[in-house]
Amino acid sequence: MSILPEIPAPDGMCRPPTAPSAPRPVRPVVAALRDIGAGLAMWRLALSLGWLDIRLRYRGSALGPFWLTLSSAVMIGAMGVIYGRLFHMDLRGYLPYLALSMILWQVGVGAVLAEACTCFTDAERTIRSVRLPFFLQAMRLMVRNAIVFGHNIVVPLGVFLLFGIWHGAAMLLAAPGVALWLVDGLASALLLGSICARFRDIPPIVGSVVQVAFYVTPVMWSASQLKGRDWWFELNPFYPLLEVVRGPLLGQVPAPRIWAEAGVSSALLCLVALYVFSRSRSQLAFWV
Amino acid sequence: MSQRPAHPRPEASITARNLSLSFPVFHGGARSLKKTLFARARRPLAALRSPGLRTGGEIQADTPSRILVHALRDVSFAVRPGERIGLVGHNGAGKSTLLRALAGIYEAGDGWVSVTGSVSALLEPSAGMNPELTGRENIVLRARQMGLDNAALRRLEQDVEGFAELGPFLDLPIRLYSSGMSVRLSFGLATAIAPQVLLMDEWFLAGDALFRDKARARLTGVIRGADILVLTSHALPILREWCTRVLWMEHGRIRMDGPAGAVLDAYTAEIPS
Repeated sequence: MSILPEIPAPDGMCRPPTAPSAPRPVRPVVAALRDIGAGLAMWRLALSLGWLDIRLRYRGSALGPFWLTLSSAVMIGAMGVIYGRLFHMDLRGYLPYLALSMILWQVGVGAVLAEACTCFTDAERTIRSVRLPFFLQAMRLMVRNAIVFGHNIVVPLGVFLLFGIWHGAAMLLAAPGVALWLVDGLASALLLGSICARFRDIPPIVGSVVQVAFYVTPVMWSASQLKGRDWWFELNPFYPLLEVVRGPLLGQVPAPRIWAEAGVSSALLCLVALYVFSRSRSQLAFWV
Repeated sequence: MSQRPAHPRPEASITARNLSLSFPVFHGGARSLKKTLFARARRPLAALRSPGLRTGGEIQADTPSRILVHALRDVSFAVRPGERIGLVGHNGAGKSTLLRALAGIYEAGDGWVSVTGSVSALLEPSAGMNPELTGRENIVLRARQMGLDNAALRRLEQDVEGFAELGPFLDLPIRLYSSGMSVRLSFGLATAIAPQVLLMDEWFLAGDALFRDKARARLTGVIRGADILVLTSHALPILREWCTRVLWMEHGRIRMDGPAGAVLDAYTAEIPS
């Protein structure tokens, strides 16, 4: 006895209803671009997911994400005093530079690249049970880190105020740089997320590369300390990328050459990311 | 209870032609880039020593630690609106893989599959849910996944709250739920909106007896709205009752395809359950 509505058993079961023809095969790069488009259309979900990630991380702590602000403030204060002594630099010139550079690097480069590696593997259960654009996971990562960035950037801005340094409207020139970082972050998430889903020994390698990059890029020290022997900056894409955001915030408009280098390295990153993501997208559900 | 979209819907259908799907299973060194590169370099040498490692039809090792599982091989079938399909077969016969391929989670290796109409897949009880979030927050998350506006979200929340009867537990993280409670929530969520094509794994039978009656009543409503149901289960009486047609899967192929009664009789004759 069926409790379901009576549906007449169809005859000729193996015949297709309208005999649809085989769908035209879609090129991987088109499928990848469609994935990105579908992800962008779900921006509300990306915002919710990113925000919930932060809420979960700080659930049960009284300060919530302001722990980030507090711990960054303590770190910057301690480093500023010690390195100021070590490098015999005047704190008024050095501390604002160090505070800004450290926060930009830690959140904008370090955290984004580390989380990019686990961007898809962390979402394994969702990927294997719900059909959602993979790009959504990259967007979620950037939303999450934008919130962290917002809580951290307060510290260098506070240091600026403390020392009475404020460059006013010129600081808005950092906005295009921040937009570039956003694009690069999404591209890194697709690139590293795909590779790390396949090869699980990549995240430590990325970690080491970022650490080396931290020391060879002028983050804690300044480019002017090299006194002109700085030809090898051209080879380090982190420098121009850092400079297009840091320069304007410190009241220095980056040279057009710096801008061009940042743009070219970002474009290359996006192309490589699109290539790798196109090739791995259909396999990601099996890899994670 | 069920909300149907206002816009006219295209006719639902499922067509699979020569669908084959194999997925890589990585173990040992295949997860490591370093070891994979070394293995690449050594492979020509190894090939000289052992002629092709191949075990059976379904599992094939192309390198010592990377195995290809042929989960689906050359599967062809077509489903018309109104059909309710049951999938039977032993564990690992490809039932769940086929559901995932129909849901668009796994992409076909060879051949193709096309599904028209809105699809909803109930594959895992906790599909897309975050165990750390409360039941209510998970409802909101799901609503965002479906692209609902705030008014529709509110309706969904009330509907699921009324169905799942979790009381104060709805505002607790779902990792604290018993398995029955999380099934109530996810079942309520997954069946709140009537899709045209409903793909369902057998987990929904995990609810307690009282819930199963409620679930059945609700599911009946959804199936009334859905044009096509595809259901996997090991519980043959349920398939016999709910399905009009059964696909018997074996080693990733369709062993038999026909009216539910006939296929299930043949299946029980061979496999005493």
